[in-house]
Amino acid sequence: MRVEITVNGRPHEREVEPRLLLVHFLRDLLSLTGTHVGCDTTSCGACTVLLDGVAVKSCTVLAAQADGCEVTTVEGLGGPDGLSPVQEGFRQCHGLQCGYCTPGMVMAATALLAERPDPSEQEIRDGLKGNMCRCTGYQMIVESVQWAAANGGAR
Amino acid sequence: MIGSAVPRKEDAALLTGRGTFVDDIQRPGLLHMVYVQSTEAHALITGIDTSAATALPGVVGVWTAEDFAELPARPSVPGLERHYLAGEKVHYVGEPVAVVVAADRYTAADAARAVEVTYEPLPVMATLEAALAPDAVPIFAPLPGNLALEQPVTPDDVAAELDAAPRRLRARLVNQRVAGAPMEPYGVLADWVGNGVTVWATVQAPHRVRAEIAQVFGLARHLIRVVAPDVGGAFGVKSSFMPELFLAPELSRRLGRPVKFVETRREHMTHTYHGRDQVQEVEVGFDENGAILALDVTITVNIGGVPDPVGIGLPTLTSYMLGGCYRIPKIAARYRSVLTNTTPTASYRGAGRPEASFLIERVVDLVALELGKDPAEVRKVNLIGPEQMPYQTPFEGIVYDEADYPAALELLLGELDYDALRAEQERRRADPGARLLGVGLSTFVEMAGFGPTPLFEQFGYLGGWESANLRLQPDGSVIVLVGTAPHGQGHQTAMAQIVADELGVPFEAVSVFYGDTAVVQEGIGTMGSRGMPVAGNAVRQAAVEVADQARRIAAHLLEADPDDLVRVGDGFQVKGVPDAAVPLAAVVERSFKPHLLPEGTRLGLESTAYYEPKNLSYPSGAHGCVVEIERDTGRVHVVRYVCVDDCGTVINPMNARGQVHGGVAQGIAQALFEKVSFDAEGRPLAASLEEYMLPGMLDLPRYETHHIETRSSFNPLGVKGIGEAGATAAPQAVVNAVVDALAHLGVRDVEMPCTPERVWKAMHHAS
Ligand code: FES
Ligand code: FES
Repeated sequence: MRVEITVNGRPHEREVEPRLLLVHFLRDLLSLTGTHVGCDTTSCGACTVLLDGVAVKSCTVLAAQADGCEVTTVEGLGGPDGLSPVQEGFRQCHGLQCGYCTPGMVMAATALLAERPDPSEQEIRDGLKGNMCRCTGYQMIVESVQWAAANGGAR
Repeated sequence: MIGSAVPRKEDAALLTGRGTFVDDIQRPGLLHMVYVQSTEAHALITGIDTSAATALPGVVGVWTAEDFAELPARPSVPGLERHYLAGEKVHYVGEPVAVVVAADRYTAADAARAVEVTYEPLPVMATLEAALAPDAVPIFAPLPGNLALEQPVTPDDVAAELDAAPRRLRARLVNQRVAGAPMEPYGVLADWVGNGVTVWATVQAPHRVRAEIAQVFGLARHLIRVVAPDVGGAFGVKSSFMPELFLAPELSRRLGRPVKFVETRREHMTHTYHGRDQVQEVEVGFDENGAILALDVTITVNIGGVPDPVGIGLPTLTSYMLGGCYRIPKIAARYRSVLTNTTPTASYRGAGRPEASFLIERVVDLVALELGKDPAEVRKVNLIGPEQMPYQTPFEGIVYDEADYPAALELLLGELDYDALRAEQERRRADPGARLLGVGLSTFVEMAGFGPTPLFEQFGYLGGWESANLRLQPDGSVIVLVGTAPHGQGHQTAMAQIVADELGVPFEAVSVFYGDTAVVQEGIGTMGSRGMPVAGNAVRQAAVEVADQARRIAAHLLEADPDDLVRVGDGFQVKGVPDAAVPLAAVVERSFKPHLLPEGTRLGLESTAYYEPKNLSYPSGAHGCVVEIERDTGRVHVVRYVCVDDCGTVINPMNARGQVHGGVAQGIAQALFEKVSFDAEGRPLAASLEEYMLPGMLDLPRYETHHIETRSSFNPLGVKGIGEAGATAAPQAVVNAVVDALAHLGVRDVEMPCTPERVWKAMHHAS
């Protein structure tokens, strides 16, 4: 089947198998490999992207379901003038070690701050509870999001 | 720069989706490989029907064990060698039985499901008890039973010392099986071109992988390039040699196309090595003061269905560290490695040492409980003093470096406000409406900086050294190649900090590369917290040598004696003569103009250094955990977690803090949440992240981190390592806190993970 999905502001039209997952559409067809896969049970959040502005796990969305939608991946954050506040917060506060969970975590945090520009620690932990990180023990991710909230927020 | 919390060089790429993990790499004509995994824990394979699978469009082929018969088996203890695929029989659920290769990963997965394997069941021995029962069937035919190895670690017992001790007690402690579960699963991409192969793999030791591939294929090493690109967490799990490291190259060779294998999470949870899984029988002799006089330990480790050569021997490391931070005059230790019909076990963060730390820290608490003393007091009675360092333990060659264990404990007790906590605990016990409060201490020491060659060679490595190459570019910038291959530890940053200090160049002017055997001279790898203690010192050594070369050229430029020069800002100056100075940039430029240099001066500024540690290093510290327990549910809440760590010199406090946090998180997770288990038929009960309790943000607390910096005299940087300290310290800090909260109810132990059910049962069945 044919789908048209706008990714990071650019429309992409592709012929896909009906069962193709959005994460594989992004990674294999568009070579946007920043979105990662960490599980097969929708448990880890490594694949989190924004679908029409809402954080979703792209391993549980079919490319077909995203037809006509706008997707933002980690590659779509920041720009020539530098990292987005969330990305910069992670850098300043050592919110990443191996970096594998990071794109998903950054997207989930971006969505969180769009909704709640000044979250409490509990709200951050609650908002990101679907994203697993095996390296950091989470506290420095919380601090990264707090840094971002104080320095520009979701964009 | 050493000691400064600079943000990491590696982050810009990882934060923008420009990291390169194995699965991100594409090659023209790429094929995908998938395993057909055993559904049985112990069975004979009576048939494999591949016809339906091979008939699927897009499938390139299906291969079984006999197709790889000519590849030499993976070395192990003689008789226990591992084959790439299960042949006549399967040993655990998840063992690879066949491989499928197809044009895309969806088709490959379809085809793997279409392969029909028929089995004739054999008795399943999924537990130590079943595997050691008198009527147990040997899982590996050449053995008479399932005892793969029985190893005395010490020459004699401590029966006399125990008999002489005024008090003694016994305990049986269980260090349950857990999964490393890095967020990036295992992956390999092999591209065999002409007479050699390039392999991208998520591994911790690319040079070792190259050596193993060379040996299997009978190839010279220069024909093999192994690249460990960005690695998404490893925790020891990626130091083992998975069959796919060899099957992907072999299939690429046969098919003339690149072949990629990326495991699914389910494959990771059932096929890739687990960690820990020890049962420890302990007897301790002590006096009325709580001074420990003798310790006797028998460890039984479950090594799973196909033994890993490292996994088999890990209790050796547990044994070496049994004494913990304490002056224990006599220790006797032995272990048994037992085969069962479960996934094999091998290294997981700390690999053998957390098990020791858990044991001795639980024992100290049990002694305190038995004597009715405060656990902090019993620790003080036994701690090795700073004046006794370096301390020779009862194990030959195991000598602790400089540290102040009592000072770490004092700092911890102060930060915890220990006496106030004890008072609060009493108040809560008296108030039936309040949650119970428990305080757990863990004064720990671990072994890091692996190291030295004779020890590390036992684990199959070429040596225990590490290497670094450092060269100055004509513009004064620096390129460093280092033999370790990290997976989140921040080596680009920390190594650059070391170089900036030694060479007097800006941190920004240093780039660090690793993980590629075609780029990096030689290397051993990143495991056993050897990043800073071994590789860091190799980098420092290379920088010292290059600085010395620069000094000679500067001396020539200034027409002075090299010994009369001092370092200033960005260059050299003749001592006491501020006008006679030359910037490093001019020195580097001159180093590339041989005709202007004295006869015999080598061109450029470059050095390759190998650092061979004389000894291991011993990171230590004191961690404390405060828990609250819900009386009606048994649910445990970690309300405070306080760390005092001594990793020697701290290169980057932000990185170090991150390492402590991550290790503590894994330790708390082992104490409270994680367990890999199997049913009686050997079926995995934790084969996905839905079933395996990997903690999320709401499950883990804030960590309060503090450092004591006692330089190690065992290496020039004075570093000890930090990667495994948290995972070593935390499990018993939490369990001690849980037991402490319930001690007034007569509870003596709660097995990990301390789930609400277990805690509730302990509360209600006790006394
Ligand atoms: S890959 Fe784990 S939730 Fe999508
Ligand atoms: S940084 Fe490694 S999993 Fe989060």
